[in-house]
Amino acid sequence: MIFKIIAARELALFFDILAVNKIVGPVKKGSAADGRALYDFDVVYDLAELSLDFDQTIHPAKKYFLPYLEETCSFAIRDKGWEKEVDYGAYRPVVLFGLHACDINALNKLDKVLLAEPYPNRFYAAKRASMFIVGHSCQPTPACFCHAMGTDSVLQGCDLFLTPMGDEYFVEIFSSRAYHILENLNLREPGSKDHKLFQEAVEARKNLFTAEVDTSDLTKILDMEFDSPVWDQWGEKCLSCGTCAQVCPTCYCYGVEEVVAMDMASAGKIRQLYSCNLLDFAEVAGGHNFRPESRGRLKYRYYHKHRGFVEAFEEALCVGCGRCGTNCLADINVPEVIASVRGGEVEDV
Amino acid sequence: MSKGPCLEKCSSGKGRSHGHDDFSHMAEITNVYSLTATEKLYQIQIIDADARRDFYFQPGQFVMLEVPGIGEAPFSISSSPSRRGDIELCIRAAGTMTNFLSRLERGVMIGISGPFGTAFPVADMVGSDVLLLAGGLGIVPLRSPIMAVLENRSRYGRVDIMYGARRPSELLFGYQHAMWRQFDIGLEVIVDEGEEGWQGPVGRITEILQKRLAQGERRKFAKETNAIVCGPPVMFKFVCDMLLQAGLPMEKIFVSLERRMHCGRGKCCRCNIGSTYTCVDGPVFDYWSVLNLKEAI
Repeated sequence: MIFKIIAARELALFFDILAVNKIVGPVKKGSAADGRALYDFDVVYDLAELSLDFDQTIHPAKKYFLPYLEETCSFAIRDKGWEKEVDYGAYRPVVLFGLHACDINALNKLDKVLLAEPYPNRFYAAKRASMFIVGHSCQPTPACFCHAMGTDSVLQGCDLFLTPMGDEYFVEIFSSRAYHILENLNLREPGSKDHKLFQEAVEARKNLFTAEVDTSDLTKILDMEFDSPVWDQWGEKCLSCGTCAQVCPTCYCYGVEEVVAMDMASAGKIRQLYSCNLLDFAEVAGGHNFRPESRGRLKYRYYHKHRGFVEAFEEALCVGCGRCGTNCLADINVPEVIASVRGGEVEDV
Repeated sequence: MSKGPCLEKCSSGKGRSHGHDDFSHMAEITNVYSLTATEKLYQIQIIDADARRDFYFQPGQFVMLEVPGIGEAPFSISSSPSRRGDIELCIRAAGTMTNFLSRLERGVMIGISGPFGTAFPVADMVGSDVLLLAGGLGIVPLRSPIMAVLENRSRYGRVDIMYGARRPSELLFGYQHAMWRQFDIGLEVIVDEGEEGWQGPVGRITEILQKRLAQGERRKFAKETNAIVCGPPVMFKFVCDMLLQAGLPMEKIFVSLERRMHCGRGKCCRCNIGSTYTCVDGPVFDYWSVLNLKEAI
């Protein structure tokens, strides 16, 4: 890995070089009732619009690579038959500026399933191929548990990663194109003092985590506790609203809806991100629902993320960003659910 | 970090026929036959001659059938693999898409993609006895392995089909039952409730299975038989339990599962059972795999 140091004021020039592309980054959107600032990813035109010191965004940057609604094809309907047209819709590169380690690792996890042969999602693949990612280090919030999921640091999946150290940035360079862009800036080689500062920053951040999730042998424990009454208790709390999936950086389930033009001459298909907590998720024609109760649907969300995905890829489909817990209307969060499954009890439900 | 295909090559496309990609094969409904009040048999032919000839599938696999503006849904192939891209689908009018299909006539163009999923390993069963158990619509995915076995009848030992339905008027493929018997296949049909003119037995499929298991030697049965099972969830449980008690090992019992699917390609998650996609890891599973899938049946 190549490391460099740039002065903080150089970042404006770096931004301007990238600005021929669409740049997306964390932007302050307002304040919560408790005064906490609320951030979300949005398109920006100036470095000053970015809030790189954000704690966490409401949504992940998912809509830029897995849109909530996406037309997957259109049909021109003729007298006899029809013609199908597919547009993968990635014509302009997107720069994701200021992604935290959790969100970069979420992309790495999505790649494993969505780019998998023999049926890669070509809409996602096309967007991924035209993406430039600038990572940025973070300060953990009380909801964060990325350290427990092994996603608190980045080893791949971005072009460069910035860690602020005083009025400078420690830069980890992951791609040749990032290197060539950085050549336009005033770079200096990091020395032993910089290495020490970087390690101190890592250490200081590690001590800020408060949420704990014990994932050791979790796949087996989930199987053992499949019939545990804790699922009934969480199921009773769950509103089956799907908010958790909407704000999850790794949820990729979807449904397809058909649209027909008023003149019946054309039609299309819309892919809509879905949630396994929604009532009709597993309902088949004829009315049979394989998961009619909210406890079963909530349970399977955990089974997919912490058991199934682990079996398939040796890692969980969760990056510990804490968004699902922060935004849950019923106060359900991953650390408490997993602790209750391990302990067999739900506290204060 | 740049993975995936080159942008210039794949940012858009028109009318290509891949079958597996985002493009389905254009296909014509060449014939529609009513089998019962709610089920019809659709004969479908892939238009492109090369694609039709290259449409290799294994018994138990399914296709995604696409009707522009109406929907896309998975259907088990009911025809013989040797017919390749001239496929037959037996479809019950149950939802929006299938009710629309039931109003179509021959000549309509639809899209077919696939084949998808795992298959019944009929080639591995050569030399052994085959026991096929179907309940209700479960006969639909079993007709393909039945045809495959029938076309290679001499290569298999004893072949039995046990088929249970609610009423005689709901029995599917009745026009072929005599032919199956002719090819030395032991076909036993049972219904939950009789109707006028029904001379066959009335009861549960487990009753005819019990009779079959009572014949012959237990060790011989366990050693030389492969079972293929498809039916409603309650049937799986009872039938598979009986087969296990008869000594059949789990890796020789094959079931085909049904789930909601939107893609058929292991991406939409709708058919996910915790760790497994019914579309790419299934729909055919051996019973050992099913036991490891919580609440699969």
